Amino acid sequence: MLNTQAIEAILKKYQYDEKALINILQDVQEVCEGRYISEETAAHVSEELNISKRTIYEVITFFAALREHPVGEVLIQLCNSTVCKVKKNAEVKAALEEILGIEMGETSQDKKFTLEYTTCFGACDVSPAIRINKVVYGNLDRDKTLMLMRELKGALYE
Amino acid sequence: MIQLKIDNKEVTVPKTYTILQAAKELHINIPTLCYHPAQGIKGNCRICMVQDGHDRLIPACSTKVSDGMTILTNTKFVREMQRGVLELILANHDQDCLKCVRNGKCELQDLCERFNISKNSFEENQISAHKKDKSNQAIVRDYSKCIKCGRCVETCSSVQNVNILAFANRSTAYEIVPNFDRPLGETECVYCGQCIKICPVGAIYEKNDTEQVLDALEDESLHVIAQIAPAVRVSIGEEFGLEPGAVTTGKIVASLKRLGFDRVFDTNFTADLTILEEGTEFIDRLKNDGVLPMITSCSPGWINYIEGFAPEALDHLSTCKSPQQMFGALSKTYYADKEGLHPSKIHTVSIMPCVAKKFEAKRPEMSSFGSIDVDTVITTREFAQLIRLAGIDFERVEDEEFDEPFGIASGAGAIFGATGGVMEAALRTVYEVMTGELLDQIDFKEVRGLEGIKEAEIQIENKVIKVAVAHGLGNASKLLEQVKVGKSPYHFIEIMACTGGCIGGGGQPIEKSPDTIQKRIEAIYQVDCNKDFRKSHENPAIKQLYEEFLGQPLGERSHHLLHTHYKARFPKEK
Amino acid sequence: MNRVQAFITANFDCYEYNDIDRYIELGGFEALKKAIEKGSDYVIDELRTADIKGRGGAGYPTWKKWAIGHKRQAEKKYVVCNADEGEPGTFKDRELLKKDPFKVIEGMMISGFVFGASKGFIYIREEYAYIQETFKEALEVMREKKYLGHPVFGSDFVFEIEVFSGAGAYVCGENSSLIESMEGRVGRPRIKSPRVGEKGYLGYPTLVNNVETLAGVTTVLLIGAERYAQYGTQESPGTKVICVSGNVKNPGVYEIPFGVTLREIIYDIAGGVEEGRRIKFLQLGGISGPLMPGNMIDIGYSYEALEQEGFSVGSGSILVADETNRVIDFLVSVSDFFYHESCGKCVPCREGKRQLTRLLKKFVSGTAKGKDIKTIEKIAHTMKYTSFCGLGQTAPTALLSAIKYFLPEFWNLVGDKEVSRIGEGEWK
Repeated sequence: MLNTQAIEAILKKYQYDEKALINILQDVQEVCEGRYISEETAAHVSEELNISKRTIYEVITFFAALREHPVGEVLIQLCNSTVCKVKKNAEVKAALEEILGIEMGETSQDKKFTLEYTTCFGACDVSPAIRINKVVYGNLDRDKTLMLMRELKGALYE
Repeated sequence: MIQLKIDNKEVTVPKTYTILQAAKELHINIPTLCYHPAQGIKGNCRICMVQDGHDRLIPACSTKVSDGMTILTNTKFVREMQRGVLELILANHDQDCLKCVRNGKCELQDLCERFNISKNSFEENQISAHKKDKSNQAIVRDYSKCIKCGRCVETCSSVQNVNILAFANRSTAYEIVPNFDRPLGETECVYCGQCIKICPVGAIYEKNDTEQVLDALEDESLHVIAQIAPAVRVSIGEEFGLEPGAVTTGKIVASLKRLGFDRVFDTNFTADLTILEEGTEFIDRLKNDGVLPMITSCSPGWINYIEGFAPEALDHLSTCKSPQQMFGALSKTYYADKEGLHPSKIHTVSIMPCVAKKFEAKRPEMSSFGSIDVDTVITTREFAQLIRLAGIDFERVEDEEFDEPFGIASGAGAIFGATGGVMEAALRTVYEVMTGELLDQIDFKEVRGLEGIKEAEIQIENKVIKVAVAHGLGNASKLLEQVKVGKSPYHFIEIMACTGGCIGGGGQPIEKSPDTIQKRIEAIYQVDCNKDFRKSHENPAIKQLYEEFLGQPLGERSHHLLHTHYKARFPKEK
Repeated sequence: MNRVQAFITANFDCYEYNDIDRYIELGGFEALKKAIEKGSDYVIDELRTADIKGRGGAGYPTWKKWAIGHKRQAEKKYVVCNADEGEPGTFKDRELLKKDPFKVIEGMMISGFVFGASKGFIYIREEYAYIQETFKEALEVMREKKYLGHPVFGSDFVFEIEVFSGAGAYVCGENSSLIESMEGRVGRPRIKSPRVGEKGYLGYPTLVNNVETLAGVTTVLLIGAERYAQYGTQESPGTKVICVSGNVKNPGVYEIPFGVTLREIIYDIAGGVEEGRRIKFLQLGGISGPLMPGNMIDIGYSYEALEQEGFSVGSGSILVADETNRVIDFLVSVSDFFYHESCGKCVPCREGKRQLTRLLKKFVSGTAKGKDIKTIEKIAHTMKYTSFCGLGQTAPTALLSAIKYFLPEFWNLVGDKEVSRIGEGEWK
């Protein structure tokens, strides 16, 4: 079901400026079920902005922050680039997979968590680092990761 | 003007020239792959790299000349890098050339031959690509051969205004797929097949129906007949080394006879029939306040386009079927009756310059009293394949004549293959029928030629009839926009989905030089000139058909067999 | 000389991000006033003396870029601040935007003044979403104070700034890709000619500068180019904001005068290596930089000294890897990065990546053959010399440098040790 009202509000905020497409779509996906841009959503936006479906499709498959597939309520991204690797992010990865019960690239059955690798997001001075729904947590090791996840699960499953 | 040196030879060229163009002036052909002279510069294959004065490599297709530039096109460094690029392409390209439809006609093969590469130096050849898309009746996309040059995307978007192909994803997942990765059969693709011709390799090709033809010919219980489109006879010669525009009608008939066809007929005959029906329909709309402008309906690519993108304008289309389909309907009714055969025993094959006709033939409404009108459609290229398979020496085989009753056609029928031809044929008849007078000048030169949109006016009685002709869907969409908002100044519009009209169709031999289309068009008008009668209503066989069977144009029989209806391709859910 | 020198970062931790009055107290907008008063030629001269080079990594002389841009006639012009900081190991722009946003804004205004633009965009990567918010607030404060949207400091120069968010594409750090994405399309680079300085945003001349470059411009005008150039080296005057990360005790952002040695940076500024371990290699300037063996750290950190040895300043990032790291694992993570970030459109980068990824896997799994090293070199060279843009051209740099400096490690991973000649001399 399309949240046409919320989408309209977003389009108004950007004054229906098709040049702001990647900003519009980032906002739109947050008000969609599954927090991604479905073909239906894309068709709607393409009509409202009077741009081709092709442009929207190319854009959502190109930009990593625009999602073609649904993600859980909480998106956890682990940096897998050079500095975090050198700082042994493997420990963090193992801890995440252990406590969430899913592997990198997967979403939990109850659709609460999605776990994925991502490229460097500029938190190298506090590596290894993760983003939880865009908020950065750094200086992680196994213990800190487990603690962080427990807190998060606690908050979510209240 | 800019002066530069290429391979130590001086050349002076306009400042808008690229290095590639400047080299051509010196008769040096820098290798290219994604480059196509009729399209925008892409610069993504990186084969055209040349060495500049600073020992750097720069792309020749996209670098403009500058004063004093020195370019070397053939140093060891350049060759090694070009080879490196080619090997990288080959590493992810299906190299089973012998099975490929473009074997011997492939731009990648040409480059490999030039650089003497037979296989890449990376031992494993695991290709990672989308699965082949065979989801529809007309076009196959073979991703294992795609080199991502982007030519098909440009044709689909800029020339045809259909825009269903997208550059999706990043990095190694980068592929050219239909929007939202849908199989082609689920998109707004109109099957014009222009993508097939612009592809440099064998990644896009028509669904091959030659086996069906061979099976039918083998089946002794079947009476197999062929109809040939007007455009085929001025182009198939190119598949056998003849000049574009060589008229090979007699050889076509002879070849089909040798393949085993029971009868060989001429689609130009039903083109004449179309004019009678459509001309009458137009006169009827003019006189009785019908929906105007009326738009021609013989181009299935165009029908797919309007059904897909502007279903609200469907009333403007002529209800006439295309000549192919009119022929098919007659073949299973009038002809079956005449031959004393049950329609299920007749296998009608049409040989077309068109890929969309494969889709058209399979439309559910294109069957008469339970028998599909046209059983199999093959393109000009597939027909050439059959001729080669049978070992027929096309150039030398002696001419033969079409069979009766569908072998006689006027010059007006012949010009259907060129853009403006249908309009001209229609005007020749409409004028004389409406006024009862003979035309002084039956050549309507204003609607001929390769201009994207052509206009003409003709005075009929006290009315000035305004007509327009568009070819290529990009041009068609401009006229369609006017129609959609009720601002079209025309009474009658001819639309062909393909640039040049049918002679530039998606099923035609791939044009080898920029003037091929022009030569084919000239040949078509020559065929017209050489005909005994040049107006559809003068065709004695057509007169006979109406007397014996149809009654009159737009009569009940015509209505059932020769007319059709349209509907939106993608009805919107309410 | 002092090992750290705070000029560009002088205001760090000195004011709340929206406290414009405090910024003014610290000398805020004096640079802009000077520019307006003394004119564009003065600014360009100062930049020439200070010789600020593009701090995003390209290193092009800023004064030259601005001189050409200043002269360009056009109906409309735009300036862009490139805050798409995507280079792994680089986080200096993050700090500048967070801790001294007004300095960056002032730099944008100066760039607009000299270039002749009345509108500027700042393209901030989406991963810095929280900074987008604070920066937008700072812009609001500017508007309230009528420093944006109104003529300023007694002139008729009016400027406006809009924030544009990236959407997760490293390649959009490249100018033409950045502009493509700002126009609502995918961020694939454009054919180089014309350059964005001639035809950029919406076809108009567009001046794109890195965050640190603009902060540097403000700084130079504020303290005077002559003073700034007293620090650093002959060919690299002034200071650089560097980011040290990896196996060091005190990773972070530091500002150093050019010429300080890498040894001093790592041991005196960044606290030395974790657990006192040995340095195995460094990667300077970003993920597209060559690997430097640990025994070369006595090189002075300057454009000329590094270039002489085949290295570069790049973005200013310094990644330190100790002996617990295998070169091959590091190369795999470099390769993975480019595998993820390549835009895909050109053959050498896309197909080169495809083949290199397969080959590197063989080294990791121990199934590589001797000739695979030669194949890697060949593919890397093809990418380096024929790729469409800088990403593809520099993607294989780390790999080529590893073959040069760490060949024995490669050989140890080869499964079948057939002898094959590996020469550097064949390629330019």
